[in-house]
Amino acid sequence: MSPSIGPMAPLVLSAYTLVTANGRGTGAVLDAILARRSALKPCDFEDVALKTHIGRVAGLEDFSLDHDLRPFDCRNNRLAWLGLQQDGFTVAVAEAKQRYGAHRIAVIMGTSTSGILETEHAYRARDPRTGALPASYVSRYRYTHNMFSLGHFVRTCLGLEGPAMVVSTACSSSAKVFATAARLMRAGFCDAAVVGGVDSLCHTTLYGFSALQLLSSDPCRPCDEDRDGLSLGEAAGYALLERVERAGGRGAVALLGYGESTDGYHMSHPHPEGAGAIRAIRDSLARAGIRPEAVEYVNLHGTATRANDEVEDKAVYSVFGARPACSSTKGWTGHTLGAAGVTEAVISALCLTKGLIPGTLNCRRVDPALQCRVVRDHQFGALSCVVSNIFGFGGNNCSLVLGKL
Amino acid sequence: MDVAIDGIGLLAPGLSGWRESRAVLAGDRPYQPTAVPSPEATILPQNERRRSSDSVRWAVQVAQEAIEQSGLNPRDVPTVFASSGGEMSVFDQLCRALATEERLISPTLFHQSVHNTAAGYWGIATTGQQSSTALSCYDDSFAAGLVEAVATVREEQRPVLLVTYDLAVPAPLDEARPITEGFAAAFVLSPPARDSTVILRLRLEQAPAGESPCFPEYLAERLADDALERLRQNNPAARSLPLLCAVAAAVPRTVALAWLENQRLQLTIEPRRC
Repeated sequence: MSPSIGPMAPLVLSAYTLVTANGRGTGAVLDAILARRSALKPCDFEDVALKTHIGRVAGLEDFSLDHDLRPFDCRNNRLAWLGLQQDGFTVAVAEAKQRYGAHRIAVIMGTSTSGILETEHAYRARDPRTGALPASYVSRYRYTHNMFSLGHFVRTCLGLEGPAMVVSTACSSSAKVFATAARLMRAGFCDAAVVGGVDSLCHTTLYGFSALQLLSSDPCRPCDEDRDGLSLGEAAGYALLERVERAGGRGAVALLGYGESTDGYHMSHPHPEGAGAIRAIRDSLARAGIRPEAVEYVNLHGTATRANDEVEDKAVYSVFGARPACSSTKGWTGHTLGAAGVTEAVISALCLTKGLIPGTLNCRRVDPALQCRVVRDHQFGALSCVVSNIFGFGGNNCSLVLGKL
Repeated sequence: MDVAIDGIGLLAPGLSGWRESRAVLAGDRPYQPTAVPSPEATILPQNERRRSSDSVRWAVQVAQEAIEQSGLNPRDVPTVFASSGGEMSVFDQLCRALATEERLISPTLFHQSVHNTAAGYWGIATTGQQSSTALSCYDDSFAAGLVEAVATVREEQRPVLLVTYDLAVPAPLDEARPITEGFAAAFVLSPPARDSTVILRLRLEQAPAGESPCFPEYLAERLADDALERLRQNNPAARSLPLLCAVAAAVPRTVALAWLENQRLQLTIEPRRC
């Protein structure tokens, strides 16, 4: 544990929403989880010829961003836009604007690849003589592929005028946005924050993970003894974070703690003993001011690669032992990369609200080498405290503690 | 909000190292934008250095310089890496490969495409396990990084390493993002102590909602030297130049740093002894 970590004041998730391949809005995601209905299908993304399954959000090809938002038009921002329309999220933000002022609400978003798909398309459309990229792309790089495009877009859509940035630490991006928002609020840079993450399918990640031999040809099977890799997905998720004294109520879901660390080991392999992951989990508990015994459910990163699930198991077991229920929800959504943090934070919030510990979809037989108590089937009952783990390339780790007030 | 500046690293055309550049930044010597050779970044293990991109080596070089000045063990220091575009030369190589029939991309190149590549290599070089944030805010990435770093110092009451870097963008991407010169700078920011030599006071000025910003005149952003000013405008990481010049001048000074269109940071530099 880091030397100087003390408990933080909880931050209420006063509104939250999620779009994944399972559907639009938290209701659709929850329905899919309860019905054990995976969204993973054989890859039909553009002209990609890879034998793998993906969690593709339907309908992103059927509309475009118009009027003032036209420069932002790309798959990633369309998905971001779709996310904003669900669960009354924009109404909640508009009300918060009345309370705090637009300049006192931060926008902290996470993504790993932003709108790189636009650049991929532009490189295919280079001028055969000069090699130049199409002019329509050149003028829109800032609004599509640049890493801040997503933050710029969300801030514009919501009419917010406060601090903004995009955190991009590969898969941990949109878990870390909760930590950055908490820091900025505590330091007085803002009074509330819209946090979230959006990542969309693109050739870079599909062919990249394929090159790393980390893609399963079947729907991913987290924690299964025969797991053989991940399935990519895409998602957009958001949460509005406010202080308890402004938005708290009994039963509200809140961020209780966060922990961040790095492995300092390798760009794409986890630390063999999970040292960085252990540190992130311990720090998140320290900030929440709770002991490991208080945690009833661990939403695993659980990507279904051989290495991730094995190392994460070591880390989780070393902190919690075999007591809390553990599961991965990636069998429903796929690995949504830079959006995985907020995807699983919102799923954790739904679980807290419904008293649901989700099972691990597609896990036929739990790998006997795993020591944690991995659950395959749903369990229902009162739930008050969840830890969600996210680990990313560059050895970048983040754990969040979510609970009910 | 006050932090101490306990170490600075710098690399840009004509600005090879912080100590070597102080006189130029203070206006005591003319600025000559001579090309800089690819940095050594000696802290990187040989294998990693061989594999690493230019932007990784630039970022790690200035990080190493700042940490060495501070005398801190890098393993103890959380990091913030701020860059507008991150690994633009890697994107160029990836997108070229993806535009071919075969679409074969190297696994190494793929994991080097993430925005936290430089942060990851720094972590591997130092075997540090502290938190690390990589972020972007387009032209205002340095301002966003400074806020994240200062908020982390305040939160954890310990030193934080801030690195900002953007390299010249290769063709044909340079048409979309015409950054022509590389720039990297690093700052070790700490809770103020009795023996701190430079204090940085940071204040966020926000235009109230719906009003156009109206900021005080004295907050000069432009640099007196035309060539340095061109560099500041050309490269998002070079938006750190007014702060660097103020520290180099070693007299109390207030400068401004734009952060998106309706807010900016007021940075007051107070040297304690020179």
